[in-house]
Amino acid sequence: MRNLFLFALVAVLYLGTGFFQSWNLALNILNLGLLSAIMALGVNMQWGYAGLFNTGIMGFAALGGLAVVLVAAPPEPEGWAAGGWGIMAGLAFGIAVIVAATQVYQRMRKGALRNLALFVVITVGFFAYRALFDPSVAAVEAVNPATAGNIGGLGLPSILSWPLGGVLAAVAAWAIGKVSLGLRSDYLAIATLGIAEIVIIVLKNEDWLARGVKNMIGLPRPWPVPYEVDLQQSAGFLEWAAGYGFDPVSASTIVVKLLYAALFSVVLLAVIWLSERALNSPWGRMMRAIRDNEVAAAAMGKDVTGRHLQIFVIGSAVVGFAGAMMTSMDGQLTPGTYNPLRFTFLIWVMVIVGGSGNNWGAVLGGLLIGWLWLIVESVGPGVMSVITSAMSEGALKSHLIDSAPHMRLLTLGVILLLVLRFSPRGLIPEK
Amino acid sequence: MAEPFLIGERMTGGYGAADILHGCTIAVEKGEIAVIVGPNGAGKSTAMKAVFGMLHLRSGRVLLDGEDITALSPQDRVAKGMGFVPQTSNIFTSMTVEENLEMGAFLRRDDISGTMEQIYDLFPILKDKRRQAAGELSGGQRQQVAVGRALMTKPKVLMLDEPTAGVSPIVMDELFDRIIEIARAGISILMVEQNARQALEIADKGYVLVQGANRFTDTGQALMQDPDVRRSFLGG
Amino acid sequence: MDILNAIVAFTNFVFIPATAYGAQLALGALGATLVYGILRFSNFAQGDTMAFGTMATIYGTWGLQAMGVSFGPLPTALLALPFGILVTVGLLLATDFSVYRFYRKQKVAPTILVIVSLGVMFVMNGITRIMIGVEEQNFTDGERFVFTAREFKEWSGLNEGMALKTTQAVTIVTAVLVVAWLFWFLQKTRTGKSMRAFSDNEDLALLSGINPNHVVRVTWILVAILATIAGVLYGLDKSFKPFTYFQLLLPIFAAAVVGGLGNPLGAIAGGFVVAYSEVFVTYAWKKVIGYLVPADMAPDGLVQLMSTDYKLAVSFIILIIVLLFMPTGLFKGKSG
Repeated sequence: MRNLFLFALVAVLYLGTGFFQSWNLALNILNLGLLSAIMALGVNMQWGYAGLFNTGIMGFAALGGLAVVLVAAPPEPEGWAAGGWGIMAGLAFGIAVIVAATQVYQRMRKGALRNLALFVVITVGFFAYRALFDPSVAAVEAVNPATAGNIGGLGLPSILSWPLGGVLAAVAAWAIGKVSLGLRSDYLAIATLGIAEIVIIVLKNEDWLARGVKNMIGLPRPWPVPYEVDLQQSAGFLEWAAGYGFDPVSASTIVVKLLYAALFSVVLLAVIWLSERALNSPWGRMMRAIRDNEVAAAAMGKDVTGRHLQIFVIGSAVVGFAGAMMTSMDGQLTPGTYNPLRFTFLIWVMVIVGGSGNNWGAVLGGLLIGWLWLIVESVGPGVMSVITSAMSEGALKSHLIDSAPHMRLLTLGVILLLVLRFSPRGLIPEK
Repeated sequence: MAEPFLIGERMTGGYGAADILHGCTIAVEKGEIAVIVGPNGAGKSTAMKAVFGMLHLRSGRVLLDGEDITALSPQDRVAKGMGFVPQTSNIFTSMTVEENLEMGAFLRRDDISGTMEQIYDLFPILKDKRRQAAGELSGGQRQQVAVGRALMTKPKVLMLDEPTAGVSPIVMDELFDRIIEIARAGISILMVEQNARQALEIADKGYVLVQGANRFTDTGQALMQDPDVRRSFLGG
Repeated sequence: MDILNAIVAFTNFVFIPATAYGAQLALGALGATLVYGILRFSNFAQGDTMAFGTMATIYGTWGLQAMGVSFGPLPTALLALPFGILVTVGLLLATDFSVYRFYRKQKVAPTILVIVSLGVMFVMNGITRIMIGVEEQNFTDGERFVFTAREFKEWSGLNEGMALKTTQAVTIVTAVLVVAWLFWFLQKTRTGKSMRAFSDNEDLALLSGINPNHVVRVTWILVAILATIAGVLYGLDKSFKPFTYFQLLLPIFAAAVVGGLGNPLGAIAGGFVVAYSEVFVTYAWKKVIGYLVPADMAPDGLVQLMSTDYKLAVSFIILIIVLLFMPTGLFKGKSG
């Protein structure tokens, strides 16, 4: 009952935005809220079911974005011909070097000889890798740098990139989890914070991959969402819009956004359904048993670290999936916009505020905090100028108006602290 | 009979919902050694922790020198003159022997060098190793540091939780000798021991606990001779 | 072969900058490791504490400059440091009182405290940005150089110049003084020893009558001092920008983990390990190698192992190596 009321409240917020601001804005916020809710579900699996603290959400979401480029971007045959295979060979060689070094480490006996062998393998391997990799990269990046300069994508439908986004995020999560799980809990937080930064740096600097900070624009829309211009030219749509007395231009944008919302809702519900089923399966009970008492679970012969790795990979895959959805909705990958406060910590606030361990809580948190975050962005400066309207023009006034966006950080921090303190189980607590 | 110097009277309580102690009474006279023995799970350590205030008592009381200290926290009991040596983690491993002793005397604001000399006299090996990290010492030496640390407050009662756990028999004898020496200096000793036979030998008073209640209470010698005690708890 | 010029080039481009950076990281990592040792959680607000302290110091500096006060050849910010530290001490003590104290009493799991520190990070981040904005601030003044490359060339007669920026010299001298003072404090004073005891064995420390509230208070004061000094030195040497300080979190944690979380000596060693690795890997060695090999063997490329854009990756790789091979760090830190 209380939960229904909370969801109704959120619905009122969105409807209110629609009536008093614009439906376009309300739907915009709703779509981002839905995407954030899916990410929050992924994080909730890790935190709520297993107590794992992942601070690398941004990185996993960005990997999802990369998947969209790899799958859906138009192919660049010229760029690929210039050095695509060379780059692949270089990367494969790099992985081979890491495998070789691991083998040396595992097979040889501890001592100076092993250290020397490791040093030689890594040093020679590194320079050989650079010798293979660098010329190909330079060749690829030299092809039409103003419009391309990358290896291009596969030109496949955008929707196919979503699962790949999940896979990329899962692979990264596996590597990170393998290293840092089983150590003390803080290490996972520190390591994931790191991997997120690294993913963004790679996206920003490896122009051959997704054009770096030159951004990847014009990524195709996922099926079945049409383009507004096509709608406006379709006779059927115009007729339909006219029948209801809608302006065709604004109607087309609304329809597109509604389609996205429907698509995202389907994914959201699917994720909830799957994770509810998982949670109530023997596997889910075991996860919660481990979370509630790791020592006892380990004593009963449960492979705590293995289970943690599992859930960490799955949760990150969900985030990667949502990251791909977001990039395909935006139609562009702009590495510069990935910011840990927006992509990592905001999701955390959603999970904690919504109710950790409860899927509906995560969804509520996603929609509520997502709304707050974006509404403050659009109305914040206005509110600030009303507040400061009584003040005389001057440095302080303009400073205050400029600082309105930063109020969001402060507000979110305060909300997070208040919820943790006074309602640590969140708005919709775990059953 | 006058009140004993320290007494935990008819103590009942436990950590959670279930009680571990059931009306258990432990007492020690000034300058004497009292030993708590009993089978595993009898609540020996719990009884001692209750006397020290690390356990909430549902009923019963603790008197030190006639004063009711039941409501005091362990820290406050230290200030009242009780010293406690936990069974494990009883030293600061990363700090030197001397710093361990200094930390023991943290509450004192007067000159502690005299007390420190007394402890070095009691445990000469510690004087040689006083600049070494306590974590690098052998098991027996660590126990000496632990006892020394507790003595730095110049306590009137010293409580030891299985001081000889995990040390060799030779070291154990040596440690018991030192404990007797401490008692001779007028400090009451209350001790929980696994090595019941050796401990009762040096005890002025022995408590045999079973399931959180007193089963036998007598002088150490008498308990050693009691056929029931011998058969049930000392292995014949 | 021109060893002398090679050494000068190496010192100028690698050794001096890396040492200054290492000193800044070491101070930052000391703050993080103290929190870890005493309060037992990784403080995600460490970078933003540094940003806040620096911001307060910058305002102090502007105030002093407006009053016409200067510190001669040295940056005025050094005079404003005590002000910045005081404000930061106030903020951290207030944070502890209003936020952390509650969780300490509850004895919550460390992960909860990490999340709480995340909330604190948000708030500090917001305050700093509201107060000073997100733009880059250069607040160094006074002499720019202790000696310039040209002066060095004239003095030594070598081809290769070497410069020592005032901020680098100030960084190194200040760091040495602060670290020496900190270790004296931890090793010799009663409060310092009680902090070490508390970090080593909390229960026994309580038994010994050590007052946990006092220990925690002193810890936050030390953290404020270290974070503000680290932040101001970094800002003087490079520049102040709130987001950069947030990003320092990764190298700082890497440094603290390399040295062994909770171990002050380790934090210092870790700071230098991270800083030297970063500069070594991202420096273009062409010039130094050019002096060392015959002219016809001089390298064509920059001989740069990684582009400077990847400097954060260096911290990360170090972190991973440590987690893989020695989770307790170089110096034994708290359990792996």
